[in-house]
Amino acid sequence: MLGEGILKGLAETAKNFVGSFVSAERLTTVQYPEQRIAPIEATRDFPFLVYDGADWEAGMRCVACQICEKECPPKCIYIVKSIDKKPDALGKPQFYPARFDIDISVCMSCQICVEVCPFEAIKMDTEFELSRTDRFGGLLFDREELAKSNEHYHKIHPTEAAQVDARLAGEKAKSDAKAKGAALAAAAKAAAAAKPAVSTENAAAKPEGAEIKP
Amino acid sequence: MTATHKLVAFESDKTRPDDWNRPQVIEPDGDAELLEVAMGPHHPSTHGVFRMDVALDGERVIRLKPVFGYLHRNHEKIAEGISYLGSMPFTDRLDYVCPLTNNWAYALAVEKLTGQAVPERAEYLRVILGELTRVQNHASSIGFLIQEMGASGTPLMYAFREREKILDLFEELTGARMMCNYMRFGGCRVDATAGWLAATRKVVEGLPGFTEEIERLLCSNEILMARTQGVGILRPDLAVNAGVTGPMLRASGVNYDIRKVDGYGVYNRFNFRVPLGDHWDVYDRFMIRLLEMRESIKILEQALKDIPAGPVMDSKAKIRGFRPKPGEAYGRIESPKGELGFYLISDGGPNPYRYRVRPPSLMNLTVLEDMAIGQNVADVVLIFGSVDIVLGEVDR
Amino acid sequence: MMTVEEIKAAIEAALPDAGVEIVCNPSVSGQHSLRLAPAQAVAVAKFLRDDLLFDYLSNVTGVDWPDKEVAEKVRVTRPVTKTVDGVETTVEETVEETRKRVAPGCLEAVYHLYSVAQKQGPVVFRLKTVNRTDQVELPSLTPIWRSAEFQEREIFDLFGIVFTGHPDLRRLLMWDGFKDHPMRRDYVEPDDFEYEPTAHDQVLARALAHQAASRTAQEAAAPALGAGQEGTGASQ
Repeated sequence: MLGEGILKGLAETAKNFVGSFVSAERLTTVQYPEQRIAPIEATRDFPFLVYDGADWEAGMRCVACQICEKECPPKCIYIVKSIDKKPDALGKPQFYPARFDIDISVCMSCQICVEVCPFEAIKMDTEFELSRTDRFGGLLFDREELAKSNEHYHKIHPTEAAQVDARLAGEKAKSDAKAKGAALAAAAKAAAAAKPAVSTENAAAKPEGAEIKP
Repeated sequence: MTATHKLVAFESDKTRPDDWNRPQVIEPDGDAELLEVAMGPHHPSTHGVFRMDVALDGERVIRLKPVFGYLHRNHEKIAEGISYLGSMPFTDRLDYVCPLTNNWAYALAVEKLTGQAVPERAEYLRVILGELTRVQNHASSIGFLIQEMGASGTPLMYAFREREKILDLFEELTGARMMCNYMRFGGCRVDATAGWLAATRKVVEGLPGFTEEIERLLCSNEILMARTQGVGILRPDLAVNAGVTGPMLRASGVNYDIRKVDGYGVYNRFNFRVPLGDHWDVYDRFMIRLLEMRESIKILEQALKDIPAGPVMDSKAKIRGFRPKPGEAYGRIESPKGELGFYLISDGGPNPYRYRVRPPSLMNLTVLEDMAIGQNVADVVLIFGSVDIVLGEVDR
Repeated sequence: MMTVEEIKAAIEAALPDAGVEIVCNPSVSGQHSLRLAPAQAVAVAKFLRDDLLFDYLSNVTGVDWPDKEVAEKVRVTRPVTKTVDGVETTVEETVEETRKRVAPGCLEAVYHLYSVAQKQGPVVFRLKTVNRTDQVELPSLTPIWRSAEFQEREIFDLFGIVFTGHPDLRRLLMWDGFKDHPMRRDYVEPDDFEYEPTAHDQVLARALAHQAASRTAQEAAAPALGAGQEGTGASQ
């Protein structure tokens, strides 16, 4: 019969129409901003710099190795390496970024910087409400705007942050043990011209992968 | 159009006239003046910015020339200036409806270039994500085709409802709905949790219901049949000669599915069939996509049942300091739109010396003029819709 | 699956003066290729399609190999004037010296062939132009495989290889008035983008330099106003 197919289709539409009033599954509209979808852990928006402790400037993990700057596909990261060294969270003297800017208007949230970072210093944020009145300066984030605490990282990506912390703690324990061993050996030698402990410690504490020259 | 159902054209190529693979030349009736119409670049039916310069005799199409490049950003040149890994997020932006198959094709080409092994679990994850991508691409492609026929909304919204569930899965696993950037050379970036696999199983369980719904809604609809059957016929010999691939080629009755032919990844472990068209028209292309969704669901069910435990990244895979040895490789996969290939030449440096994308969307448009000539101008929109292109991939 | 050697033998048996040579691919992918002589390319392509049933040309692409400066050591014999005991004599002396030579570059078109009928492939073959500047013609394979139509147009557009015998050789992705070929290795990105305030110093510097250059050009062209305007119009 001509028109049978159309009627069949209309029956389907009617079923969906009625269903949308009774089935909770079909009521999918979320009244943003009053309502919000529960955050998804893997979500990524724009990068931020992780710091340990209370002071962002002192606790910043970034050592300005510039790997992320070189690997960034749209080239939105600008780093100026410091001339002097200052102690990081573990107390070892390291370079630090004198300037670390990310142009959020260029960034494409690809997470490559996070993957290539050997120091777990840069991670992805989930903040997406980033409207600014200034299109150019306002979307260029400097160090201070990018710095967020490790607690914040734990809040947005709990599983990943716990893994990272465990890895870092393991590395620290290893380097501490090595440093201790080196110090003991140095003490055992009891030589007057023992190697300066700082440099041994420094070399031992370098995380794996840091030697790679991009 | 005389139609033989067997593909026997190959032997007779020698006896054919030299220009058999050129578009047919037809004359306007009488001495009527031709009307030149530019369809696009900003036209709701063009899936983006794309122009067709059409010459019309009344309603009949006499000539049609596609015009590309409005979305051109020289993806290949950009890729030559950044590292191998750096191109991975850019591949998401080629065919932005199917980012994961783009990732896969690129990863496959680099793995061919370096001989990198991929762990079993990663291969299964790739199959699962690739087939989910195929389902959501075909669903939205069907929805858009019906939308272009004039059925504003309903089938497209049904398709997008299903697509939304799949994109939610993508977001949960990869962190992004569309710009996934998930595959790596030698595996996948993160492992799927048991919770994610359970959620995927639940979504896959619901998919057969969706294909049946679409079938009840559309397949026997008289208006759809009247508009699409016998429209935009593509001969199989021309389809092969013009490099048409994917559902378009199979709708023309040519049994060529790279998942079967190359058996890349772990595809030779799954039991699925390749649907083929019989009438080579727009309706066949619509039906092939629907049937392919069903086969994809079959593959998904098998893959979700068999997925082994283990690592998702090969232990030898390198993220930093990745420099393949000099050489070249061409890797291809069956993306939802057709053969997506990547051709890479390495000179031993950190960046590819030459990086080429073989875009299925662009190649499938080669025969647009052949299919449209002699048809009504209203059908051009349908024929174009049945090719299923994404301009991000056409223009690169 | 036929190996490249078998295909080469088959081509040479059918077309004795085909001039096919094997290009080895050192990568683990093992996709070795055949270099065809451009003069015989169409005949060989027809043979590949009709007799070996490689009916599906998947991928065509260009590769740019720019002129390379090669340093090589050569032994040369040359007369050297020496003063021995106050008397000038000319002695033949062999010295080793490093000479720099420019190896001429070329443009290359690479073709990836598959067989739908026999489900095999890929067969890779390549054609090479004489140089990169004036002799950039290659025969078009569009009459053999229609799939080359857009891809050869793309190569013409982005690399500047001219395919003779192509039915519709126009630019594909760039606009018609565009002058250069962007995929060439020595392509210089124009700096005539619209100036916008931006945070990137590098971009800012380039924009300013461009503005200064165009200002001086305008001042220089001020007497011949019409010609100057035409010039800027063409460069847009």
